[in-house]
Amino acid sequence: MIEITDLSVQFGGVRSLDEVTLTFPDGNCGLIGPNGAGKTTLFNVLSGFVTPVTGRVVIDDVDLLDMADYRRARWGVRRTFQTVQTIESLTVYENVRTVHEHAAEGSRSERQDAVDDVLAFVGLSDVRDSVVRALSQRDRRFIEVARAIVGAPRVVLLDEPAAGLPEEETDHLAQIIRSVPERTGATVILVDHDMSLVQACCDWTAVLDFGRLVAAGPTAEVLHDERVLAAYVGEEGA
Amino acid sequence: MIGRVLGHKTFQPTIVAGLMVFALFAMPSIFDATWIFNFTQMAIYSMVAASVGMLYGRVGLVSLGQVAPYGIGAWVTIRLAFATDIPYPLLLIIGGGVAAVIGVLIGLPALRVSGLYLALVTLLLAVGVEVILFRLKFANGGPGFNGLALTMSDRAPVPRPTFAEGDVAFFRFVVIVAFIIFMLAVAFLATKPGRAWASVRQSEPSALASGISITRYKLLAFGLAAFMAGVAGGLFGAHVQWSIGVDQFNRQAALFLIAVVLMGGIHSLWGALLAAFFAKILLDFLTQNVIGHQFWNDFALTIFGIGLMINLIQTTKAMEKKGLLE
Repeated sequence: MIEITDLSVQFGGVRSLDEVTLTFPDGNCGLIGPNGAGKTTLFNVLSGFVTPVTGRVVIDDVDLLDMADYRRARWGVRRTFQTVQTIESLTVYENVRTVHEHAAEGSRSERQDAVDDVLAFVGLSDVRDSVVRALSQRDRRFIEVARAIVGAPRVVLLDEPAAGLPEEETDHLAQIIRSVPERTGATVILVDHDMSLVQACCDWTAVLDFGRLVAAGPTAEVLHDERVLAAYVGEEGA
Repeated sequence: MIGRVLGHKTFQPTIVAGLMVFALFAMPSIFDATWIFNFTQMAIYSMVAASVGMLYGRVGLVSLGQVAPYGIGAWVTIRLAFATDIPYPLLLIIGGGVAAVIGVLIGLPALRVSGLYLALVTLLLAVGVEVILFRLKFANGGPGFNGLALTMSDRAPVPRPTFAEGDVAFFRFVVIVAFIIFMLAVAFLATKPGRAWASVRQSEPSALASGISITRYKLLAFGLAAFMAGVAGGLFGAHVQWSIGVDQFNRQAALFLIAVVLMGGIHSLWGALLAAFFAKILLDFLTQNVIGHQFWNDFALTIFGIGLMINLIQTTKAMEKKGLLE
């Protein structure tokens, strides 16, 4: 459970997040909203890249904002990025191992098993020893997911993981995302503009618009909420 | 794995072993004393070039200040060689260690600035070290803290290790030390620090999201690079023995170093050898056989500057082609 209280972020004269208070339950959660709603800013606050002007974030009774940025990953806050940020010069195995050896405990053999296990889980065993720069964008997307879920994450932040993926790969990704909480015990927060992916993966969803919380609750209900339709679906319809 | 770390698909341990055997046993028979002297210079310079290439090519840190730990390593090793009976290999480690501390201090600004600003800050720090070395001067067998002789007759050459006093033996010693330093770099690059550096170079936010302490790994990189340069400085003192001056570690030397390293290639440790070849073999060959000393003195940096520009243009085009630049 992730408890966010009165969270505000200011960039110059712009309030990217405005007194946001919400609680993400355990399991798979969606976070949606139009462009500029503050979704990635919220991820950046959770990751430690952005310092809020006010507010608290509590996970498992720990105030996350008191923790240094790189320590948050070690503690269990993992993420992917809108623009894929895999390490191009390393192999797929080394990419995932790099996260595990810095953010998770384990002996050498346990580390190798954990990395191989997660590569098999996301379907990258075949390209385990390939250098990432030689791989497709699709593979890079799945490498990022593998990096985010390897070891024992507490929170997995997925920032538009399906961007650029064809439909059949999105279905494969949805299967992976759905099984992450059961596999790792982590709470997953999924940001994506693909509503069918959010519906397929998330039982619970929050909606932001102009940095404010518009709605939060069971996904099916939220997606039919009038305020959400006005803020998000309405915009798409227009 | 190690082949990729060395940055060349043709790398094989047998090739490295073959090169070592060639350098240690064949080269002293093939080349005369002058060229052995130059190849010793090249082996020493390759360590400094490798330290610059590692910082820039592997961690993404543009340092123009690597002549500072090079000079500090030289000063400390020379001073201790005159003043103590510490075994020479240990002296090199001490010189490298002191240089590493200075390297970490030079690296502190890297935590706040990057790119061009980092290059300027490191260059200014190198100038600061240059001023200090100019005031201290290099020991030449005299008394006191500086170890400076008051008269010409009291001056002495920088001692070499007892097991490598001759030029050929010293060349072999330098080649072995250079091999160890290169393997040290490979050991770091092929393991956890190397992967962390690759991550930092690719994307600092992604590195942070992987649990990597950017501060720690940047300072580790500066410390290791300075150690490599410091050991090279220690060898340089014993190589030249006489007339060691601050002009070998000044701002012009700093710019020349980055120019040849970029020309040699920053993504490969082989590039460090190539850079050292440009600087210490090709340069001497051109001076003696083609261009003439005065011309070279006047235009060396200009020629290398043109080469550097061509290199940067080609690199930029290659990066654009690979989609690494927008």
